Amino acid sequence: MLRQSALGCRRGLATLASESLLPKKYGGRYTVTLIPGDGVGKEVTNSVVSIFDSENVPIDWEKVDISGLENQEGVQKAVESLKRNKIGLKGIWHTPADQTGHGSLNVALRKQLDIFANVALFKNVPGVKTRLQGVDIVVIRENTEGEYSGLEHESVPGVVESLKIMTKVKSERIARFAFDFALKNNRKSVCAVHKANIMKLGDGLFRNSVNEIGAKEYPEVEVKNIIVDNASMQAVAKPHQFDVLVTPNLYGSILGNIGAALIGGPGLVPGANFGREHAVFEPGSRHVGLDIEGKNVANPTAMILSSTLMLRHLGLNEYADRISKATYDVIAEGKTTTKDIGGSASTTEFTDAIIEKLKTL
Amino acid sequence: MLRLQLARNSRRFLSTKKQPSIGRFTGKPDPSTGKFTVSFIEGDGVGPEISKSVKDIFKAADVPVQWEKCDVTPLFINGLTTIPDPAVKSIYKNLVALKGPLATPIGKGHRSLNLTLRKTFGLFANVRPAKSIEGFKTTYDNVDLVLIRENTEGEYSGIEHVVSPGVVQSIKLITHDASERVIRYAFEYARAVGRPKVVVVHKSTIQRLADGLFVSVAQDLSKEYPDIELQTELIDNTVLNVVSNPGTYSDVVAVCPNLYGDILSDLNSGLGAGSLGLTPSANIGHQVSIFEAVHGSAPDIAGQNKANPTALLLSSVMMLNHMGLADHADAIEKAVLGTIASGPENRTGDLAGSASTSSFTEAVIKRL
Repeated sequence: MLRQSALGCRRGLATLASESLLPKKYGGRYTVTLIPGDGVGKEVTNSVVSIFDSENVPIDWEKVDISGLENQEGVQKAVESLKRNKIGLKGIWHTPADQTGHGSLNVALRKQLDIFANVALFKNVPGVKTRLQGVDIVVIRENTEGEYSGLEHESVPGVVESLKIMTKVKSERIARFAFDFALKNNRKSVCAVHKANIMKLGDGLFRNSVNEIGAKEYPEVEVKNIIVDNASMQAVAKPHQFDVLVTPNLYGSILGNIGAALIGGPGLVPGANFGREHAVFEPGSRHVGLDIEGKNVANPTAMILSSTLMLRHLGLNEYADRISKATYDVIAEGKTTTKDIGGSASTTEFTDAIIEKLKTL
Repeated sequence: MLRLQLARNSRRFLSTKKQPSIGRFTGKPDPSTGKFTVSFIEGDGVGPEISKSVKDIFKAADVPVQWEKCDVTPLFINGLTTIPDPAVKSIYKNLVALKGPLATPIGKGHRSLNLTLRKTFGLFANVRPAKSIEGFKTTYDNVDLVLIRENTEGEYSGIEHVVSPGVVQSIKLITHDASERVIRYAFEYARAVGRPKVVVVHKSTIQRLADGLFVSVAQDLSKEYPDIELQTELIDNTVLNVVSNPGTYSDVVAVCPNLYGDILSDLNSGLGAGSLGLTPSANIGHQVSIFEAVHGSAPDIAGQNKANPTALLLSSVMMLNHMGLADHADAIEKAVLGTIASGPENRTGDLAGSASTSSFTEAVIKRL
């Protein structure tokens, strides 16, 4: 997994992270922006907060509790807090599918902070029954352009153009991030997912950028390419062939959801978003969970594991190791697990079981 | 619930015995022979071998079809990929064609031949069923999915340009008319095959205008189909749910813009069979329809009598249903599926069996 901060410092302005850009520690403690988001966000971030409390993790939370349904200015509070603290733990904001109001606040936040790289980890969790075992895929997704440009217009009534923007700068940036990640985490290959047979210029630029950066700067990592429809079919049938996938924005979302389904659901997928200066940790499979909101049944594992990635990012590895071990142990024992993975425990019962387990470690 | 169960049991693999009211076959048999003429694009690589299998089985089953071989080796006229005139004339005359795999012509910048066929004949809807085959165990059980993909615009508009060096715009084009055409087909299809739900798959949280238009067209149309329930679903959720539990989509006809359809239809094939090797498909137009195997031309095993003809055979079954020859369709479908289920000695190598293309074909003929 993310052994170290995956924020590369190897080369290039875009992936530069000097000491001055890292989160500041005051009196031995870090301040972290906490954005519960909508749906089950409150419940699963509460779970993290109580586990951190019980472990006396040297972190103070700065809570920004707004809903995705609020006006776009709401996101400013989150942006300002993250600019101060450089690091955050976040649930998902709900974006209504109807055409009222504003667009996705999640996207707005990522763009404003330029947290360009989304990392999501899909690995079977011992104790969770799935059709296929041995899945271990990392999806690294460009987070700020592509199909999510938000540039659309209706040329004449009934004719809409939606622009997908691909740039060389951002394609190379995400490629370097993916190769850095592969090197740091002992991964063998990086595979670019694309549709360059149809979008010859746009996806062609992405694929070529990954291939060139890989060949020139990372000869020790194998570079592969796969067309997105084939990748999706292969992912459900033979997922073991995949290692690190690097994708434009939309394909990352699709492959991420396949990955989540393979390992037992979105409640188990840790994730993070990295920019030059900021890192925001959020579940790797971005589901709001409106349907189970407030019922105390959500699986907080994704958020807990994301928070351990955050602890590693801050260099608090011992806390991270203890919390992730306790979480995996409780799931493996199978006595106190949530409904989504076949158990009957509530969110709080599962959290308490982890806290109890921590006392025994 | 019971009624649904009954309907499901009585439904066969391709479930198109009753035809949708749009894109119906209007061809007539030759009055002197009583046979329909079908244009046959045998394709490249393994194409000729698997085409022979189809022809042998049709002959053995006494299907009233005669073939008209078509060469679609593309011509490049004014820089555009163009299908040779005799092929175009043949297909317009017969109104129906069966197509094997085509090798993608090398020649960068040219439109793919598949896309050219869709554009030339106005094939607006791509129908892709994916179903578990009884007796052939795969990772996923109870897969019975139908997906209809918009086939003419969207992300495949082909409109792209370099705005400034290193900055590319690709335009996804969504129009009211093309959306209405394919969504209406999906409603009609659901009605014809007895599936109670149409699910529109979209990403209108992000592409608010483009996918928003697609969704709103569906909502308007659903008023004309009070017997069919319309659901709209974010592609994220569709992907997560269908991989987690494919069975929940057994009463659904899914419909979506071009790229999502491309991805989801292959994903569905992965769930149903683990590959594209068993996947049939139909490309429906108002006038002409073309039925095709969606797998590649597999040049590595061409001419070796190893290829699995199932996808092309099942495509021909869809074609026969489309032509109103449902009894022949049923007989061939049962024989093909029965042969696959009968054991590894009757399956080709791609299904971990030991049969050759010709021994598989003979086994199917025996079962007819």
